[in-house]
Amino acid sequence: MAATDDCAIRVRDLVVGFGRRTVLDRLSLDVRRGEIIGLVGASGGGKSVLMRAIIGLLPIRGGSIEVEAAGEHGDIGRWGILFQQGALFSSLNARQNIQFPLRESARVSQDLMDEIAAAKLEMVGLAPEDGGKFPSELSGGMTKRVALARALALDPAILFLDEPTSGLDPIAAGEFDSLIRILQRTLGLTVFMVTHDLGSLTAICDRVAALADGRIVALGTMDEVRTSDHPWVRAYFHGKRARMLRPDSGEST
Amino acid sequence: MADVPSLTVAAGPPVTLRASGAWTVSHVEALERLFERIRPELAEPAHLRIDLSAVSAIDTTGAWLLEKIRRTRAGAGGEAREPELIGLAPSMADLVRHVQTLNRRTPAAEPRQNFILRQLDRLGVATLAVKDEAAVFVGILGAVAAALFRVLRKPASFRMTSTVYQLSRVGWQAIPIMMLITFLIGAIIAQQGIFHFRRFGADAYVVDMVGILVLREIGVLIVAIMVAGRSGSAYTAEIGSMKMREEIDALSTMGLDPVEVLIVPRVVALIIALPILAFLGALAALYGGGLMAWLYGGMSPAIFIARLHEAVSVTHFQVGIIKAPFMALVIGLIAAAEGLRVRGSAESLGRQTTSSVVKSIFLVIVLDGVFAIFFASIGM
Repeated sequence: MAATDDCAIRVRDLVVGFGRRTVLDRLSLDVRRGEIIGLVGASGGGKSVLMRAIIGLLPIRGGSIEVEAAGEHGDIGRWGILFQQGALFSSLNARQNIQFPLRESARVSQDLMDEIAAAKLEMVGLAPEDGGKFPSELSGGMTKRVALARALALDPAILFLDEPTSGLDPIAAGEFDSLIRILQRTLGLTVFMVTHDLGSLTAICDRVAALADGRIVALGTMDEVRTSDHPWVRAYFHGKRARMLRPDSGEST
Repeated sequence: MADVPSLTVAAGPPVTLRASGAWTVSHVEALERLFERIRPELAEPAHLRIDLSAVSAIDTTGAWLLEKIRRTRAGAGGEAREPELIGLAPSMADLVRHVQTLNRRTPAAEPRQNFILRQLDRLGVATLAVKDEAAVFVGILGAVAAALFRVLRKPASFRMTSTVYQLSRVGWQAIPIMMLITFLIGAIIAQQGIFHFRRFGADAYVVDMVGILVLREIGVLIVAIMVAGRSGSAYTAEIGSMKMREEIDALSTMGLDPVEVLIVPRVVALIIALPILAFLGALAALYGGGLMAWLYGGMSPAIFIARLHEAVSVTHFQVGIIKAPFMALVIGLIAAAEGLRVRGSAESLGRQTTSSVVKSIFLVIVLDGVFAIFFASIGM
């Protein structure tokens, strides 16, 4: 499970399917260390499947997936995952949710854990008082922030985000984007992001990968991908919605 | 693991703390021990600096502990005493500087209540909640009655498909387990009866006991308790998760009455199914009793049936079966009311499901007692 050189994640000829349906067909993708990569694709086209396969939640039929080992960081905290719905544990409050990975992996005093949780809450832009709230009392944006804080609890090398800005208003989505950018820069993270948000793609992604027909059909910077000839990619980046976002200005939301 | 963090004190002046190793979350236990060890020495020297040139990696946790050392030191005498950081690699500087800005504000302390006061408070809240729960129960009873009345006036609005489907789930599919359990209960009662009655030479009366007990009380009671555990809990969980996922709100906004769409078919199915199950259960229990009387007590089936004829009358059966629909109504209403009380979390769903089963079993037994008094006073 160790990728070499600059690669944080290396996927080769990956095949994933359910029953008779093949969702990913000999897919290959390299994610460089320290970059933010955005994965786009049609709904139901296998974006989440690819992410879940990389994380190891789905069995693969063929090919290989190598994910950067933690190296000197030891075994814990290799990756943090932000699930689409947050997946916060509903019986724990926000602070306990953030402390959970730490509590499970190390024996640390409650005081230190509270301080670390408070620091993480502040890093994702929440107030310390929000730590006492239960997931059912949190708004959509706050849920995402707490889930991000939990994903960051063990200072992972790789952060997986499944549609981080879906369900957020444009202002909150923009804030969330810049938050991810800041955290990525400060903590030196590799970020693998599944998204539909053209704004996020333009604003923070170093590279964009387009998934269609079970393969990566375009990979590169936003400008490179935009010039791709693949019909789906053209439709995606030159459709009505994309034009409304003034793709050429390079700045949106 | 390699790269264990360490912190050594080099005598000054200025006194220098030499940090080395990986200050990361994987070493958090070691880091905390380091902090506890160094804490008493922080107040002493007039001048202190921290040398980070040998630190191989740092993350938020490590940076926070570093910051904690600085603040503990500064806490003794203000900003001026904050130790200087030297040898900080540029790649780590961003993070360390960012962490320095965190946790500056202490959150408002949550008020702590006296233990006894808290218990008293809880008791009071729980007592008052009984009133609310009774109101909820009566409310749902009224809502179901109103919905049933609407259905009576406009029979086309009755959800036949849904009712039949629920009937299949709570009735048809429940038959094997209900009959197995009541069969065993009947056999056990007969076996105990024979065992104890034999001492008085009264084994023959075991038929009277099994017959009357099963038809009047045990048959319907066991079946009702089983239904509460099997179907009542399922109703609560279903309605509760629909409530969690706003399906109930969606129904209301479409101009449909959730009570009519979801609860009436379920309650009606239960009211139809429970008497049938109770009847089948009574059959199975009598069969178990007869089998035990034959195998264990040596009473031939023909004699058992003849004695049963003498011992029980149709009144006994009526007393039992009349109770069944009322118990079904209570189970259905409690299940629906608890389901509608589910709030956002999975924990709340579990809590309401438990409470649904506990409450409906309790009320079924209370109802059984009320019926016993009623039947005794009218001489049935």
